[in-house]
Amino acid sequence: MRDRVVMGVWRKIPWALLLVLALVASACSGAGGGGGGGGSAGGKTTITVATVANPQMQDIEKLSSNFEKDHPNVHVNFVILPENELRDRVTQDIATKGGQYDVVTIGTFEVPQWAKNSWIENLSSYTQKDSSYDPGDLIPAVSKALSYNDNLYAVPFYGESSFLMYRKDLFDKAGLKMPAQPTWDQVAEFAHKLNDPKKNQAGICLRGLPGWGELFAPLNTVVNTFGGRWYDMNWNAQLTEAPFKQATQFYVDLVKSAGEPGAPNAGFTECLTAYSQGHAAMWYDATVAASLLEDPKSSKVVGKNGYAPAPVKDTDWSGWLWAWSLAMPSTSKKKDAAWEFMSWATSKDYIKLVGNELGWARVPPGSRTSTYQIPEYKKAAAAFADLTVKAIDQADINNAGTQPRPYIGVQYVGIPEFQSLGTSVAQEVSAAIAGRQTVDQALQKGQQQAEQVAKEAGYKKG
Amino acid sequence: MTVTEDRTRNRGVALRERATKAAVERRSRWARRSMILPAVLYTIVVTQIPFVITIWYSLQSWNLLRPGTRHFVGLANYGAVFSQTGFRTAVLNTVTFTASAVIFSLIIGLVLAVLLDQKFRGRAVVRTLLISPFLIMPVAGALLWKTTMFHPVFGIVNFVLKPFGVGTLDWASRFPMPTIIAVAVWQWTPFMMIILLSGLQSQSTDILEAARVDGAGGWQIFRRLTVPHLRTYMELCVLLGSIFMVQTFDSIFIITQGGPGQATTNLPYFLYLQAFRRFEIGQAAALAIVTTIGTIIIATIALRVLSNLFKGEELEPR
Amino acid sequence: MSTVAERAPGRVAETAPGPGRFRMARLVVPTLAWIAAIGFFFPVLWMFLTGFKHEADAFTSPPRLVFSPTLEQYRAIFDRDFAPFLINSATATVVSTLLVLALAIPCAYGLAVKPVEKWRDVLFFFISTRFLPVVGAIVPIYVIARDARLLDTVTVLILLYTAMNMPIAVWMLRSFFLEVPKAIMEAARIDGATLRQELIRVVLPLVAPGIAATALICVIFAWNEFFFAVNLTSSRAATVPVFLVGFITSEGLFWARLSAAATMACLPVLLAGWIAQKQLVRGLTMGAVK
Repeated sequence: MRDRVVMGVWRKIPWALLLVLALVASACSGAGGGGGGGGSAGGKTTITVATVANPQMQDIEKLSSNFEKDHPNVHVNFVILPENELRDRVTQDIATKGGQYDVVTIGTFEVPQWAKNSWIENLSSYTQKDSSYDPGDLIPAVSKALSYNDNLYAVPFYGESSFLMYRKDLFDKAGLKMPAQPTWDQVAEFAHKLNDPKKNQAGICLRGLPGWGELFAPLNTVVNTFGGRWYDMNWNAQLTEAPFKQATQFYVDLVKSAGEPGAPNAGFTECLTAYSQGHAAMWYDATVAASLLEDPKSSKVVGKNGYAPAPVKDTDWSGWLWAWSLAMPSTSKKKDAAWEFMSWATSKDYIKLVGNELGWARVPPGSRTSTYQIPEYKKAAAAFADLTVKAIDQADINNAGTQPRPYIGVQYVGIPEFQSLGTSVAQEVSAAIAGRQTVDQALQKGQQQAEQVAKEAGYKKG
Repeated sequence: MTVTEDRTRNRGVALRERATKAAVERRSRWARRSMILPAVLYTIVVTQIPFVITIWYSLQSWNLLRPGTRHFVGLANYGAVFSQTGFRTAVLNTVTFTASAVIFSLIIGLVLAVLLDQKFRGRAVVRTLLISPFLIMPVAGALLWKTTMFHPVFGIVNFVLKPFGVGTLDWASRFPMPTIIAVAVWQWTPFMMIILLSGLQSQSTDILEAARVDGAGGWQIFRRLTVPHLRTYMELCVLLGSIFMVQTFDSIFIITQGGPGQATTNLPYFLYLQAFRRFEIGQAAALAIVTTIGTIIIATIALRVLSNLFKGEELEPR
Repeated sequence: MSTVAERAPGRVAETAPGPGRFRMARLVVPTLAWIAAIGFFFPVLWMFLTGFKHEADAFTSPPRLVFSPTLEQYRAIFDRDFAPFLINSATATVVSTLLVLALAIPCAYGLAVKPVEKWRDVLFFFISTRFLPVVGAIVPIYVIARDARLLDTVTVLILLYTAMNMPIAVWMLRSFFLEVPKAIMEAARIDGATLRQELIRVVLPLVAPGIAATALICVIFAWNEFFFAVNLTSSRAATVPVFLVGFITSEGLFWARLSAAATMACLPVLLAGWIAQKQLVRGLTMGAVK
């Protein structure tokens, strides 16, 4: 009987063999596929860089052959993903110490939090060792946002603020004039005058897509300038307080009455599409949009645009601050090679390289002061360069709005829980834009969630 | 199969024959088991180890964003799952979505299968075109629907409906659930159609012919003969369709992000929010376990009580 | 039970409508069928067309059917070294499908012949493995893959895709085995063949179309799988769907390029499906046939 069982097992061999073969084959292809592989010949170090799928980040991949020419012992593999997937992937990997990445692209939101968790390396020692890097040239507001305890934890690839883009031709035709510093009330008035659904022309494009980094980026700047905040100094949620309510009501009303069709699902990309195809008269969004609007390949409004600072109400400035930056996970085993790459991609030379190879309009903006002294760039970005750098400089992540707040951040609340909280409240506000509930109902739910977060995370005592 | 059993069987010549037979049977049973086991073992190893670990995680308070705070909390996460405001909505949405998507794709699939069962010019081409949505990568399909099809201004859907007075209607926010269902129906109808078509083509022609000779009309034949014949196929469609569509994530993630509000947040998307927005691994694990158990209960009832798939057909003796 | 032999093509001719009262049907059926076909196929066609547009042509209202085609988008895609993704996808798909067949064929056969104890339980077990939402299990899987040093390898995708397709493969294959006339198997048994020999020599050739259909289904699901791929691979083992989403940018206009990328991503399976559709239709009877 046992013999037979053994026989049975032995007869199994062909299948088992096939299985083993398949595994071996796949393991080989796994190591070999995708080119390069881990321990390839010549003592080359392969580093893996995770970047977000934005045009300017994709340019790094294009130009990386230049890097490898100068650094023959380093090979760079890129992982290019949309923002959401990238954030999910990288957080998961770093938090579980997966160690898949040597360089990751993160924003100002993550840097202080991840530095606090010791998930990313302190870069001060690297910038000090590297004489050519010149960290003092980084735009102060940006490098401050990327620091934790006064140490730099990420280097900016490009920085952005927000401003108002508008169609000069349409303004002229309607006999309107954009003030040097518009207020939100003026903007709303313009929007209603220029809104013309019959001609498929929205008065203003504003984001309505749920997501803490989508809808809440512009909305939070409106909340700030209306005098609102998410929490008071004792971590009491303030979403149902008058300023927050008024700001949200204003935003929702404006989008509903003079905004783009499909607003509840419109994020940056959708707004860019609408505005650049001539279907909106104004657009309040990231400064980085300007270079895309002036690109004749995809935009139909080249040269017709005016730019104005972010509209205000009770504050002097209202633009947000964001920088896509390169950081080094502490799980990386190839830190020196990683730094070589990071310093190259954020150096002054890289900016010149982009200008010479791909055109000056493609230069990553908002990272270095020196960029704004390059004559070629000043010419290529004449319409918006100065306004961009001014907006970035003004933005203060520690002191946005009119009232003191216990958290950092302009268009976000600098706590890890905000990813979920912001997204969830954004869903509610988005539903208000879609007309499925009132702003009050949306904020009521938001208030409860914000309270719950403050309690559960232990910010609120008692 | 025990030793004592063997001993008793060995008694007497008459019994010996039976013993041989038993041995043969045993051998064939083992041969059969040796064929079944590798696949079962493989599946157990690859799917049940993560499952068990998920159970383990579900008993812990573990937030990825707060390193060093991981600790055992027993069943607290399960309590949190049920008390969470979004959970009930997510369950309801999942049921609404799955049921409507399955029913619509089944009905449309049936109509198309009946059409394709007729002979007409260009049938092969029509079939080729009709199965295409099933072959399209779901991520790609969702992206295309979101952008080129449903876009309020540039989308094809509104362009086609313009003569009917539809302006720049934003489908994804005005009718979020129907939008998501439509995409699922588009994607899964071909699958249903193929199964039902193969069912139609396996119908015995003799019986159909006999019915026709007896003077039965086309509709009568369809109702009295074809539909009963197709019943098992339809159950198969419903079973597989439900299993795949309950797990729908890509299209919701890409088209509506679960919104507006909670309108299209189904269980997988809700789970995603727990795991990748809140990074509450413990609660996400508990939610996954609850979902799995719930599905198993429903599937058991559906399969064992209502369906023919698991009974009826007793196996053909060799 | 209809036999494999009986089910061979042919039958269609008999359904051809008779004269007279079916004349209406003759017009109605093809018209309806064509309308449905065009409706269902249109998004795919539109994706194909949009891939050849300049971005500015992709955003027109009304949508533009006539435009000056460009290869610009495809050029941009091949700028980003598409080949490794393709190779990874092909490897993961082919190897996992072979593995599924290697394991599922004997299993399904074992479940299809004569009194098998607990076949219901085994089948139910297989189906139930699809009930755990993958989103909920991804962190455990990630941690296991990390400890097994399988992150960013095609191997981990192969292992998971094999498990993912196993249930449906076992179900389908078992149904094909049930269709094999028992007379044929009895004849083989009298010749003294073991179960395994019987399977390989006699049964497999009979159910070849069914195996082809199963393989095709496995290929479709493995090729199109996104969630595992995007979570468990980064650079070396990333597959085509991961490549595709790399074109979803939050900063830029992208319909045309995205359409081109989507076309490239879908093409292999689309072609495979078109070529093998006969097997698919004949194969997907799945045990409902008695």
